[in-house]
Amino acid sequence: MRGIAIVPAHNEAGAIGGVIAEIRAFDPGLDVVVIDDGSSDATAELAAAAGAAVVRLPFNLGIGGAVQTGFMYALRHGYDVAVRLDGDGQHDPTELPKLIAPVLRGEADIVVGSRFAETRDGYRPPLARRAGIRFFAGLVSLLVRQRVTDTTSGFQALNRLGIRLFAADYPHDYPEVEATVMVVRHRLRLLEVPVRMREREHGTSSISGLGSAYYVLKVTLALLVGIFRRRVTPLEEA
Amino acid sequence: MTPLRVSIVASIASVLLILIVLELIRSRRLRERYALLWLATGSVLLVLSAWRGGLNTIAGWVGISTYPPAVLFAVAIVFILLVLLHYSTVISRLSDETMILAQRVALLEEQAAREGEPVSPR
Repeated sequence: MRGIAIVPAHNEAGAIGGVIAEIRAFDPGLDVVVIDDGSSDATAELAAAAGAAVVRLPFNLGIGGAVQTGFMYALRHGYDVAVRLDGDGQHDPTELPKLIAPVLRGEADIVVGSRFAETRDGYRPPLARRAGIRFFAGLVSLLVRQRVTDTTSGFQALNRLGIRLFAADYPHDYPEVEATVMVVRHRLRLLEVPVRMREREHGTSSISGLGSAYYVLKVTLALLVGIFRRRVTPLEEA
Repeated sequence: MTPLRVSIVASIASVLLILIVLELIRSRRLRERYALLWLATGSVLLVLSAWRGGLNTIAGWVGISTYPPAVLFAVAIVFILLVLLHYSTVISRLSDETMILAQRVALLEEQAAREGEPVSPR
């Protein structure tokens, strides 16, 4: 059983070394690939120095394109399980067993770590963001006929089916919400587990201000049109 | 006052525009990112076409007293200009990215040739 941690990073020189060190300390058997999404700082060099494989994109593709590159890497190298952690350090590797265990037990094809599945969690986002999170959680739950609480979480574990699907097709721009619906529409089993996430220490959220209006419009449009889309064929293993 | 027939035809045209854009997104020939401006165009034109009182009021504001549907043309032209301007910025970015890709491929080919790998045929 071979596992890989996919870490998308854009200008995360301040955090990337620590993130990789934490993953390796948690499980030395887990390979790490950093997808450097056109960083202008030393993200790629620091990731390589910390012992990760580094895929450097020639320019910024956005989180969707970067993450999909990671799934292509996992598929090409025949990994059985992939986990995804963000390069800014908000995903705590010690929470990984909660994500990986259901995949290994064959209970789910993709497991998503949710900040909101348990209310006692410390993370409380600002009001506007909370409204957006509620809105998408409601809409997605309706579309997939399954209760989903955190549709924007990038803290995930996938088996080969999940890797093959996302290597073939992954949404652009702000991918997580659409990807959640895609998974269920392709008859993969989705499971949410409660996890704790940390406050980001470096950088800012990719979603703020005018961007959030675009985010809500774009994702809502994609979700509603997506219902009528034909399914894609997951990529075959190399 | 806007002739009823103008309102009906313009409304149908706006609805058609919206439906065509939605179908293009569904069949993956148009990305949501580039569809939003078109959908805004269709929606605004639809509202102005169907809501005849509103069109007349706006025509009054901008000093068009003889033929209110001229406002429809003006609004359509503004949106088309916006779409074109947006596309110009997109094309500029795409040509930058294509150049970077070509340079990267050429450098990789040179490196592969030095390491004895066969170079892709022209």
